[in-house]
Amino acid sequence: MSDNLLSIKNISKEFYGNRVLKDINMEIKKGEIHALIGENGAGKSTLMNILFGMPMIHETGGYQGSIELEGKEVLFASPHEAMAHGIGMVHQEFMLIPGFTITENIKINRELTNPNLVSKIFGRQYEGLDMKKMNSDARKALDIMSMGIEEYTQVAGLPVGHMQFIEIAREIDKTGIKLLVFDEPTAVLTESETQNLLAAIEKLAAQGIGIIFISHRLEEIMQVSHRVTILRDGEHVVTKDTKDTNVYEIAELMVGRKVSLDRTNSTSRRISDETVLSIKNLEVKMPGEEVKGFNLEVKKGEIIGIGGLAGQGKIGVANGIMGIFPARGQVIFESSPLELNNPRGAIAAGLSFLSEDRKGVGLLLDESIELNTVFTSMQIHKEFLHNIGFVRVMDSRKIRNHTNKMIKDLDIRCTSSLQHAGSLSGGNQQKVCMARALTQKPKLLLVSEPTRGIDIGAKKLILDLLKKLNEEQGMTIVMTSSELAELRSICDRIVIVCDGKVEGILSPDASNAEFGLMMSGTRADSQLGGAE
Amino acid sequence: MSKNNDIQSNNDIQSNTIKKGLEIPIVKSIGLPTLIIAAFFILVMTTAAILKQSLPILISDILRRFGMNGVLVLAMVPAIKSGTGPNFALPLGIICGLLAWTIGIEMGFIGITLILLTVVMATVFAAVTGYFYGKLLNAVKGAEMTIATYTGFSTVALMSLVWLMAPFKSKQMGWMMGEGLRETIKLDGVEAGQIINNFLSFEIFEVKIPTGLLLTFFAFCFLVWIFFRTKTGIAIIAGGSNPEFAAASGIDIDKNRLIANILSTVLGAIGIILYSQSYGFFQLYSGPLMMAFPAVAGVLIGGATASKANISHVIIGTFLFQGLLTASMPVANQLFEGTDLSEIMRVVLQNGIILYALTQVKGGGK
Amino acid sequence: MKKAKYILSKQMPYLADNIVPIIFIAFTLLGFVLTTNVPFNFFLSELSSRFYRNAFIVLSLVIPVIAGLGLNFGIVIGAMSGQLAIIIVRYLSIEYLHLSGFWELVFCLVLSLPIAAFIGFLTGKLYNKTRGQEMIASLIVGFFANGVYQFILLFATGIIIPVRSSHPMIKPDGVGVRMTVDMGELHYSLQNILKVPFLWAVLLVSVLLLALVISRHLMGKKGHNKDNRVIFFTKVGLSAVLIIYSVFAIVTKSKITSVKDVPAATIIIIGLLCLFTELIMKTKLGQDFRSVGQSQHIAESNGINVDKTRIIAVIMSTVLAAWGQIIYLQDMGTLNVYGAHTQIGMFSVAALLVGGASVHKATVSQALIGTILFNSMFIMSPEIGKAAFGNALLGEYFRTFMVYGIIGMALGIYVWNANRKARITLDPVEVHTQDN
Repeated sequence: MSDNLLSIKNISKEFYGNRVLKDINMEIKKGEIHALIGENGAGKSTLMNILFGMPMIHETGGYQGSIELEGKEVLFASPHEAMAHGIGMVHQEFMLIPGFTITENIKINRELTNPNLVSKIFGRQYEGLDMKKMNSDARKALDIMSMGIEEYTQVAGLPVGHMQFIEIAREIDKTGIKLLVFDEPTAVLTESETQNLLAAIEKLAAQGIGIIFISHRLEEIMQVSHRVTILRDGEHVVTKDTKDTNVYEIAELMVGRKVSLDRTNSTSRRISDETVLSIKNLEVKMPGEEVKGFNLEVKKGEIIGIGGLAGQGKIGVANGIMGIFPARGQVIFESSPLELNNPRGAIAAGLSFLSEDRKGVGLLLDESIELNTVFTSMQIHKEFLHNIGFVRVMDSRKIRNHTNKMIKDLDIRCTSSLQHAGSLSGGNQQKVCMARALTQKPKLLLVSEPTRGIDIGAKKLILDLLKKLNEEQGMTIVMTSSELAELRSICDRIVIVCDGKVEGILSPDASNAEFGLMMSGTRADSQLGGAE
Repeated sequence: MSKNNDIQSNNDIQSNTIKKGLEIPIVKSIGLPTLIIAAFFILVMTTAAILKQSLPILISDILRRFGMNGVLVLAMVPAIKSGTGPNFALPLGIICGLLAWTIGIEMGFIGITLILLTVVMATVFAAVTGYFYGKLLNAVKGAEMTIATYTGFSTVALMSLVWLMAPFKSKQMGWMMGEGLRETIKLDGVEAGQIINNFLSFEIFEVKIPTGLLLTFFAFCFLVWIFFRTKTGIAIIAGGSNPEFAAASGIDIDKNRLIANILSTVLGAIGIILYSQSYGFFQLYSGPLMMAFPAVAGVLIGGATASKANISHVIIGTFLFQGLLTASMPVANQLFEGTDLSEIMRVVLQNGIILYALTQVKGGGK
Repeated sequence: MKKAKYILSKQMPYLADNIVPIIFIAFTLLGFVLTTNVPFNFFLSELSSRFYRNAFIVLSLVIPVIAGLGLNFGIVIGAMSGQLAIIIVRYLSIEYLHLSGFWELVFCLVLSLPIAAFIGFLTGKLYNKTRGQEMIASLIVGFFANGVYQFILLFATGIIIPVRSSHPMIKPDGVGVRMTVDMGELHYSLQNILKVPFLWAVLLVSVLLLALVISRHLMGKKGHNKDNRVIFFTKVGLSAVLIIYSVFAIVTKSKITSVKDVPAATIIIIGLLCLFTELIMKTKLGQDFRSVGQSQHIAESNGINVDKTRIIAVIMSTVLAAWGQIIYLQDMGTLNVYGAHTQIGMFSVAALLVGGASVHKATVSQALIGTILFNSMFIMSPEIGKAAFGNALLGEYFRTFMVYGIIGMALGIYVWNANRKARITLDPVEVHTQDN
């Protein structure tokens, strides 16, 4: 019948009414390197979580469809079960203990032991460790990866590339490994380390291990994979043999969709020639979203979008300018240099930030809507206060009135201005964040992921609000978002960030393929792969 | 063995009851510690009435203990609001107050002048101490409670050396023979015993109301309440509630933690002055060693947690806790002579409540 | 000059890590310099008997540190379990059984095991609920347990638990155990099993040490690099010196012979515990302790039952503390029922830290060295106080200050370091090109 190692049949998944996966079908053969590609939110992580038996899948209603391993249907109730059946996953974040040796990390919780008198009475935990045998097993695994390093070296201080390999060594040391999933493995590697990794993956595949290779780096996919599956918005777009396609096609299929949000070209958009915000060589150390040299000139009165794939750095830009994460570079706002690493300075200069981390950075969940709304203006612009001598006490009446106005203007659904922010719905929380940003009467608004986790109705409301602010008050807006569609619906220009740098700037009506190629960092002129 | 069963039944029942108990809405809104102590309090008061103990005396004592402990418990509020957890280093502030007492007496002051001068000196000492201790706390974020406890202990031990070697000559304070200060120093010798208590005090239905004491306590409550409605106070609350939020809004969290700490230490210093004048004596050497714990338990009993506290928690908690302790002593002594049951109960309840609060601290782990 | 500076800077990390033991050695030496009337053999007698008393319970702290629970102040509860066992055994022995000292000891050790194990289990569960705040939780739970302990002994005994009111251990009115309990034949029951004259013991131990060091070296356990060779020769030299000295002293019957005899059984038990701790670390359980201690998150995601592992560590520590307290008390001779256990947590933790351990790293040798150093300071401080300030009481207060201060300092340094490492900072400037 099938010589398929793994068959994913008609997998569907719903999260609280939201359909995130629709009828996914995928097949991996023994020894095949199968690439899985898709934008943010395409469903890749959810699919892998299902494959791996993660508890959060079962806790949210399970899934529909079936998974077959070597022809037999399987249902994993936990990662442990998946591992026992020979499925391994090499994560993006390294799960290595720095204080342990390579051997100890490879063998963690699977140590080889010898029984002794005590263990016969009290149990397996008292068996003695057989370090010699463990070291030789580790040596074998490392040799497969062509790693020359000694197995009893401590992990702390090893370069990142080595750590990645040790992660892999740990998986292949597990007996009976049949399928390995790699989740963006080259994201943190240098050029040469990447090549080493790809070579190792090919070596593993040659031994009959099936590989699922998740990556957005189209050149790597072209280089090493046998087949490629593209997911988009939870649906299976296509599976093709790699030799039958090229980066251009993949990029287009990855991005292309019917644009559900209409773009109304407004005539009242006034974009001047004047540069209001100039960013040069911005570097930001935001874990997971590092910026490595960002340059941009923002024109006064425009809505400019910053897009790109997850982890490429687009989120880091605004966070760096507003001093939330350490940053370096030159930023000039309204012709004066803006000091970096200084949130107070940025706010005082007239910049306001709506963070993507609504509940973390954006709100005081245990405090009232009114406190959340006026907090920043109170602290930086010293508003909403009674001045009594040298003491500044909050002006409750003013705060109440202002908040109620905001609640009306933004249509915030709440019991009163005293309701705790933590008990509001996602959309209303976002509106409170918006209220706080607007209370500061900013000259330039930075918005990150404005409609993340919000239902369709509220999404439109917020985007309309941003448009209104821009059109009626001429506010310059810098909008960062993972959803290309919403960027294309209201932005005047869209900057694509890849690898922490500006990959290019596109007009909202540029082709899907152009967006796809830019987001994956592929040079459009280097047409790799077969058909044209 | 019977001992085993005792421990087992106590703890097992406790954990099961806690789990089931937390589901009931009324418990959720009032809080388990508050309910438990309130229940005990009512039980003890009822027993006292049944045993025909003198209720007016009991109530007078309760009011007195309530007032004298109030400001010490109030000191917990700035610390908790700023995110450093309950101030287990209360002994630091207390020592500032004690130092002020000794210097005041040494300089020969008596009566109301002594008290006023002591308060001023204590505030100055406490402000300086709070500043440096606050800097220490900023360097040890995440383990403030543990560090606080040991800083408190170390300082008490260090000050024991100072009390022993201090060049004080006042006869009110020194030993009969040899150098150093006595352990317990009485205040009636300097006409400072119960001065504040007696200020404006009156009797009603044979219950003595220590008006001065209560007024002072409530005055400080009011001051703290106003403080947390100022710009700085609100910034402190934000920094304690969500440091990332505060930092993103340009707040200097470290500076604000310092301010909160100074306030907490000053309240501790003033608290001990009120406390000792009410008792009529103060204790040096290891006196302050364990004084943080009843204060911490006090605010927790009022419904506070390690990360959230306000004035109402202080008032309710101090009243319930001190009320229970005060009432239980004569009752237990009458029922079970010679067993000091009330002291045992205090230790168990006080530390049990603190443990419960620790289990509710979120985060942590590696 | 430059070379000296370079050598000093190379040694800096070693110095910084071991600053605490260095301070304590300096303090003890200072004591010898300042005081004239502390004969060395008196000092050695005192030190040795304190060592026999305290080493076991300090060793009980090692496993929790390795398992990531930090400093287990909760050993106080283990001590209380041991005391409960002693009280029960003594009561029954006086009343009905009339056992000999040796059998009383055996029963104490046997009875305290289930009590301490159960209490350890509950304590372990508590630590799992107060993750991240284990150390202060252990401090408070000690106070709490003290309250429960007093409830049992002062109140329940007599009112709930039937006891004969005229029993010598019970208070006259029939309710509550008396303040002190005479240990009777329990006193020195362990010590008396076998006694060896001091110098012979030193000789024996040095010979064993030398043999151990040489055999380990020959088996090539650790790499033969320069550092290890220096350590090896130091250990050999030290053992040789001790051997020569002890032979010399025995032959010439010097004053040192007046040092107290060594209780061989106690030493053997302490040795067994050292061995046990080392061996446990070589089992799967020990490796699990280490994994959980290094990172609960990674251990959990690899399938290790973190909660259960931590509880096992606490149970072991509590049981060992119970036995350690019994060993301590059989040396003391009287049981101060309501006070014997109160300082034990603080002092043992301080001793461990003095030996060079920290909140996240502790070894058997650090526990032993720490016990020796801590107790030498303990002995010397009243003398130093008297000599330097004319006031012995001052020395004692100073000693208390040192104990609290050491613990506070160790905690502070640990947290400060951890916070420092976790801070996010920008990479140095040459970020862009890695290897092209």
